[in-house]
Amino acid sequence: MNQPDYEFLRKLLRDKSGLDLSADKQYLIESRLLPLARKAGLASISDLVQKLRDGSSTLVSQVVEAMTTNETFFFRDKVPFDHFREMIMPELLKARANRRSIRIWCAACSTGQEPYSLAMSLKEMSAALAGWRVEIIATDLSQEVLEKSKAGLYSQFEVQRGLPIQLLVKYFKQAGELWQINSDVRGMVQHRQLNLLHDFSQLGTFDVVFCRNVLIYFDQDTKINIFGRIAKLMEPDGFLVLGAAETVVGLTDVFKPLADRRGLYRPSGIVSTAKAPLPGASRVAAAGN
Amino acid sequence: MKSCLVVDDSSVVRKIARRILEELGFSVVEAEDGERALELCTKSLPDAILLDWNMPVMDGYDFLGRLRRLPGGEGPKVVFCTTENDIDHISRALNAGANEYIMKPFDKEIVAAKFQEVGLIQALSAESA
Repeated sequence: MNQPDYEFLRKLLRDKSGLDLSADKQYLIESRLLPLARKAGLASISDLVQKLRDGSSTLVSQVVEAMTTNETFFFRDKVPFDHFREMIMPELLKARANRRSIRIWCAACSTGQEPYSLAMSLKEMSAALAGWRVEIIATDLSQEVLEKSKAGLYSQFEVQRGLPIQLLVKYFKQAGELWQINSDVRGMVQHRQLNLLHDFSQLGTFDVVFCRNVLIYFDQDTKINIFGRIAKLMEPDGFLVLGAAETVVGLTDVFKPLADRRGLYRPSGIVSTAKAPLPGASRVAAAGN
Repeated sequence: MKSCLVVDDSSVVRKIARRILEELGFSVVEAEDGERALELCTKSLPDAILLDWNMPVMDGYDFLGRLRRLPGGEGPKVVFCTTENDIDHISRALNAGANEYIMKPFDKEIVAAKFQEVGLIQALSAESA
């Protein structure tokens, strides 16, 4: 992509959406906009930019949408939430029958769809959980997305991707043009700002960790380090849930995959040598899920 | 191939819906109001019905009630697709036997998500992040 085209797109996105791309995000533009260009019958980003310069307003909104869309929705990928209902919770209900408490960590909660999907799943099994204490700790690097998550306000578009209509009716209220998740569901989720590159041992011990679509932004050594530090704060019989395109296989042996449960892992009992965050780990990562 | 009946008085909406549904692998039949839709359903029941609410002659809500009373009429998965986007309308629709509910405006992703929800299509392959 040539520099004038890149600058044009940067300005367009800044003007239309407030998205502020740094000078080196050509790859991001290409990965998001090339499919859109192809779909519009255009061969390249240059052709797309030419159309935009000519003032195609539908294309403008598609470009903004493609660039700003925060890749997260309720019950994203479905499968992890099936695991949660069908395997994780039934096992923990047995294993924690004496303690009657369960702690869950959403390690890159973004705008809240993941922790609230878990909270709604828990609500749906509330009969089995009477007298139990279930904590959901939702963390993210970005204070901005955490604020959105806390507010629990979603657009009509956001509540229609992944959320069954029955759950919308049951757990949301209309707030003007938006939909707000009910306060009792919001109250099940505690929010904290956290950078996975930094020490997170103060979070305590967890039975379940959802860490989906965030480690993809890190290099291999950092991934291994973070997996090691996550394993250290998990119960030995806990569960780790990764994103659909992620795995520990080939990276670390502190977790082992579960047969026939894609994306689901348990601590292997092997102790990681990762004691502290990697030195100089100060890079800022994009929020994943 | 699964079939979907698109019921909407707007030819533009029917055209958009047809394109999306054909991309999702459905054969599409169109009706411009509830009465015409009911006529088609008495001849042959589709697998799915994408249903507008406000239409002349017979509205979507009325149509749904009558559909569900037809022999075999509980079979088709009915997904409302309407600008009526308040809780009262949604609740009424669900009580009358709707399986899912789309609030307009809609796009392919929403239709695909809702059709997945009611088992009309399989989950798309895991998207990369």
